[in-house]
Amino acid sequence: MKLLTHNMLTSHVKGVTKGYPLLIKATEVKVNEVEFNPQFVSRMIPKLEWGALVQAAEELGHRQDLPGELVQDYEKNEDFLKKVHRVLLEVEVIEGCLQCPESGREFPISKGIPNMLLNEDEV
Amino acid sequence: MAAFSSRSCLQYLLHLAQDNLDFRLPEIKALLALRGKPFRPCENFREKSPFWCLDGLSEEDVHSIMARSVCAKSAFELWGHGQTHSELRTSLLNFPSEIMSPFMHKDSTYRINVYTFNKTLLFADRIKRIDALEYLPFEGRVSLKNPQHIFCLLEDYGTDPNNIPEDPNYIYFGRWIADGQRDLIRSHSVKNRHFIGNTSMDAGLSFIMANHARVKQDDLVFDPFVGTGSLLVACSHFGAYVCGTDIDYNTIHGKGRSSRKNQKWRGPDENIRANLRQYGAQKMYVDVMVSDASKPAWRDAALFDAIVTDPPYGIREATRRTGSHKDIAKPAEGVFEESHVPVSQAYHLSDIFTDLLNFSAHHLVMGGRLVYWLPVYRPEYCEEMVPLHPCLQLISNCEQTLSSHTSRRLITMEKIKEPEEFDSLAHLSDPRFSAYQGHNAFREKYFSGLNKKSTKENNKSDVSGD
Repeated sequence: MKLLTHNMLTSHVKGVTKGYPLLIKATEVKVNEVEFNPQFVSRMIPKLEWGALVQAAEELGHRQDLPGELVQDYEKNEDFLKKVHRVLLEVEVIEGCLQCPESGREFPISKGIPNMLLNEDEV
Repeated sequence: MAAFSSRSCLQYLLHLAQDNLDFRLPEIKALLALRGKPFRPCENFREKSPFWCLDGLSEEDVHSIMARSVCAKSAFELWGHGQTHSELRTSLLNFPSEIMSPFMHKDSTYRINVYTFNKTLLFADRIKRIDALEYLPFEGRVSLKNPQHIFCLLEDYGTDPNNIPEDPNYIYFGRWIADGQRDLIRSHSVKNRHFIGNTSMDAGLSFIMANHARVKQDDLVFDPFVGTGSLLVACSHFGAYVCGTDIDYNTIHGKGRSSRKNQKWRGPDENIRANLRQYGAQKMYVDVMVSDASKPAWRDAALFDAIVTDPPYGIREATRRTGSHKDIAKPAEGVFEESHVPVSQAYHLSDIFTDLLNFSAHHLVMGGRLVYWLPVYRPEYCEEMVPLHPCLQLISNCEQTLSSHTSRRLITMEKIKEPEEFDSLAHLSDPRFSAYQGHNAFREKYFSGLNKKSTKENNKSDVSGD
């Protein structure tokens, strides 16, 4: 699971109102090299919750020098875009789980794939 | 014949393939829209004809369309046309020579092709046609192997194979600009794909869907019923980053029984990521997840540039969603297996579309498109049955016949308005959904036509490996 995806996911357990962002408990994380595409990164930035991205990168120990605040005029700032690219697309959680911050319910991640299915009694 | 005063008055001729006829106009329109250009057909436009003449385009526009279109075979800069060879000649002699001359000077090489639609021509007759064009000021040298410029004489003998006229109905002559992407149908054929399922979308249609959705470079595209990822393969080919979800754990993980004839179980390289890697598009892979489309886990924001999907019809793959059944025993306390698939209940077809349209209204960017297949029981179909939503505008509705009593329709919708609180409930009282209500109504009608025995409900998945 990439952090781009994590940034867009929320807990959908019934009754939960503060389900975002999901906490990440990773037992295996990989960093892959993915071709840098500044246009795609620029397009995704407005859709992100910046604080949640930084928090998630921090949780995985892969924040490096990602700034706590969004930089102004980022479209032309290739250095900044490269940092965002690495965190969004190159860091992958392979094994672990996502945890609802309110209910504690865990959603397992196996082979990089999260399982977001709820049980019969949670829907 | 109007005189051309500048290059901008040039017309372009598209030669289209005669299959998926309904799907062609929405595809070309969508591709033109990506260039910010309207669809402006010349006079005497006939949608069912293989030849379309378009106005108001630049050569670059035509190259862009042909770089994406799976419906168009070739495109030409139109130099002349007419109902007879005599009319063609007049038309060609009226065409400005300053536009022709860069392609005909003495140091260039060229070739003339003759194409006849709905008629086979003897080789000798082809040569006669080419020789008859000697009134054109060609100064260059003919090269059959690698000409710099290719010209084409196209003759239209109508669309009735049982009634081929002696003389063509219409004739065109033009300079070849580009071919379309029909080769993708072969190169991306599901037959050669690493990972397939019972209902993997065939390559041609998956690219048409990506075009109807106006997928473009650097988009983020989502498929909520992703299956084996055929639609993601097509969208990634056009430069989009892709993600998907499916309720079936085994399909997402690439496990379980194979859909191939002589293979029992899926191998290690059979999963969606591997499919993208097969075509060199692995960098477009974002994520896939096991998830129930009726209970999405996405936060409420406009995340996706397009949603392209083929929801289950309940025929070859089951329609399912999570939820309790009174009679099913619950798993033992404290036991939660990683691969546990929560008990599923039948997902009423009407709910699939309700949820899909609502999901799209909330999660598409403004102007983003939803493209999906709607199964249809033909004897009862009427246009009012197509689901609508206050935030989505219906763009096109193209039918693909599956049998005498069933078909599916490719529906394209575009987000035109942000959802307000009560929009998601507006349609519930709408009578148009009654056709899809009732447990698996579409399935019942489909099967009652085939085999009277199998009207009893079948809750087992057709794809085993659960």
